[in-house]
Amino acid sequence: MVSPAPGSGPRLHADTDVCAGAGQCVRAAPELFDQDDGGLVVLLAADVPQASLPRALDAVDLCPSGAIGLR
Amino acid sequence: MTPSAPRTPAAGESAEPVAFPLARSCPFSPPEAYAAMRGNGGLTRAAVPGGKEAWLVTGFDDVRTALSHPASSSDARHPAFPALGDGEQAVAAELRPFIRMDPPEHTRVRRMLVGEFTVRRVQAMRPAVEEICREQADHLLSLPAPADLVGEYANRVSTTVICRLLGVPMEDLEFFRRVTSVSGARSSTAAEVGAALSDLFGLIDRLIDEKAQDPGDDLISRLVNGPLARGEITRTSLLSQIGITLNAGHETSRNMIPLAALDLLRHPDQLELLREDPSLWAAAVDELLRHLSVADVITLRVATEDIPLEGATIPAGDGYIALLAAADHDPRAFPEPERLDITRTRRNHVAFGYGAHQCVGQNLGRLEIEVALRVLFEKAPGLRPAVPLEDLPLRSSSAIFGLEEVPVSW
Ligand code: HEM
Ligand code: SF4
Repeated sequence: MVSPAPGSGPRLHADTDVCAGAGQCVRAAPELFDQDDGGLVVLLAADVPQASLPRALDAVDLCPSGAIGLR
Repeated sequence: MTPSAPRTPAAGESAEPVAFPLARSCPFSPPEAYAAMRGNGGLTRAAVPGGKEAWLVTGFDDVRTALSHPASSSDARHPAFPALGDGEQAVAAELRPFIRMDPPEHTRVRRMLVGEFTVRRVQAMRPAVEEICREQADHLLSLPAPADLVGEYANRVSTTVICRLLGVPMEDLEFFRRVTSVSGARSSTAAEVGAALSDLFGLIDRLIDEKAQDPGDDLISRLVNGPLARGEITRTSLLSQIGITLNAGHETSRNMIPLAALDLLRHPDQLELLREDPSLWAAAVDELLRHLSVADVITLRVATEDIPLEGATIPAGDGYIALLAAADHDPRAFPEPERLDITRTRRNHVAFGYGAHQCVGQNLGRLEIEVALRVLFEKAPGLRPAVPLEDLPLRSSSAIFGLEEVPVSW
């Protein structure tokens, strides 16, 4: 098996079209998510460092609108 | 009106619909019947006031599905909308607060407001909320004991916070407190709710004019000089959206603060954990929100298409209620759900709902509850209920569960 290239670990994506703006993601993982002035999600990092993975998964589960995902 | 027969999806469903809403027998637990309903294959049929029927959803996963499915409609103009109060459906259908709208209309209004409630904006409100709580705790403790924790503390905190956020002048506070006590009571008739709301709307209407002339640093000023001035919202709709934010933001915190204080007093081990390690407060607030789930029956919906759940399907056209307290006490999601355990690692409760309508004010709600409790226990370390907990009058007539009065000593 080929070892994954750098940056091919879990990647976050966020969809501001469906974001409900209540900031659950920011509370769960402030190092990965922010909100713009209008309240919508802003990704601070798309590549999730290993140490942040549990918080990233938490954020995905807590998000009420399905706006964020990890793949 | 009855749900379109006979697509009875629930296995083991009882023939007679359950009369709903159900009263709590203990203020700190959901109605006992919810536990049995969870065994009904997912859906239980209920008879709601006004002669309609609706489905009750009780499982944690099912409630999340039922609230985030694209076919879940919050529109009160739908004939099957399962309103629980006499005046509720007519008033909501006429005023169209965004809590009872669907996308894309709902999305447009909600986006005018979410920027006011970001995690950062709410963090910046902490000093102001602390000051309000200190002032109101001093007021409570200046009274002869026993005094009422609801009227003399929680209600004063929540009305002051929401009025300051929206920019309602302090001299209108008493008026606001009076009006909201009528409009929030389920025992009020349609006429009484109508009269109280028209008083409230008169106040907001005046404020809209004042803030167009002389804007302040507050939510109403920003809406008036932003979306209203740009023609993105009508004045009538703006009135409704400010009205729902004032109401929803006031009653929930007013009810949560006294219940949460008592819940901690019933669990001295948990209160001790907080005294030893104040960094646990944030988690404690979420656990209290889960445990009490006071907005249990706020989530009234209609299925515009079939909504498939784990073991059953909500048929298109039927009304349903996704019971938040039932979901938050589903043992599959929260083991030993009746236990208040502030060290729980799972925090994905639905006390603020789920899906596109999940509480827009949740960060402020959490802040208010945390600060109100911390200040109270700090200033009154000997706080205790002055009557047996079984004797406390329940506010079951209201859309949000709470206690009418909580006499305390210190
Ligand atoms: C403190 C405890 C609170 C609880 C338990 C609570 C609970 C809820 C729930 C369950 C909903 C969803 C209703 C639905 O899905 O139909 C909701 C929506 C809402 N809440 Fe809260 N809430 C709280 C505090 C607040 C505060 C402080 C504010 C405002 C300052 C607020 C304003 C609103 C508004 C405007 C909505 C409608 C959102 C929408 O439909 O998009 N709430 N709340
Ligand atoms: S949790 Fe989801 S809905 Fe809420 S701000 Fe983050 S991305 Fe948006």
